[in-house]
Amino acid sequence: MTLALSHFSAALLFSVFASVVFGITQRNTSREQILYGLYCFAMFMGGVFVAGWLMWLLRR
Amino acid sequence: MANPTSKNEVVATPSKSPDQPMTSMSVLAPALGWLVPGAGHLIQRRWIRGLLLMASIAVMFVLGLLMQGHVYQPNGGDILDILGFIGDVGAGGLYILSQAAGWGQSAISHATADYGTKYLIVAGLLNFISAADAYHIAIGKKP
Repeated sequence: MTLALSHFSAALLFSVFASVVFGITQRNTSREQILYGLYCFAMFMGGVFVAGWLMWLLRR
Repeated sequence: MANPTSKNEVVATPSKSPDQPMTSMSVLAPALGWLVPGAGHLIQRRWIRGLLLMASIAVMFVLGLLMQGHVYQPNGGDILDILGFIGDVGAGGLYILSQAAGWGQSAISHATADYGTKYLIVAGLLNFISAADAYHIAIGKKP
């Protein structure tokens, strides 16, 4: 069985899993963990979009 | 006559925190957490955290294998291969299982396989962080 994800899908899943681990391990209380996980996810996805637009601009 | 220990006197506290006690849990939790992702939290009754860590790391590792990612060998020779091995071996039991079953031995031949390789490495690195977190819980540094 082979899984063929697009670049975006792969980045999205990567962001979800990494954010869960970062949130749990880098903060103490449950509320802080959830907020930090969401923050990490937003940063990951924001980085994906910024990098995507930068590459689009470089290509033109 | 003045009382040497009056009420207003500030009691000096040591600036350095005392050494953390070495308990069996402080050794067992990170070791088990490395071998089975999330297990270091589970044995300390952090059920939700442990299950979330286990699911995240295990699914990431399995997705990496399904994307035909490459699992690095200990005798890579090349510095990048050695670094890849260090990342992969962080997954503990998942890495041992993949080595025993011969998974992830094919060459990286397309972009998805490259993503898979990165998934495998990062799953291992995240498990290192998870094991360290289990240690911090065991020594009482984290609730």
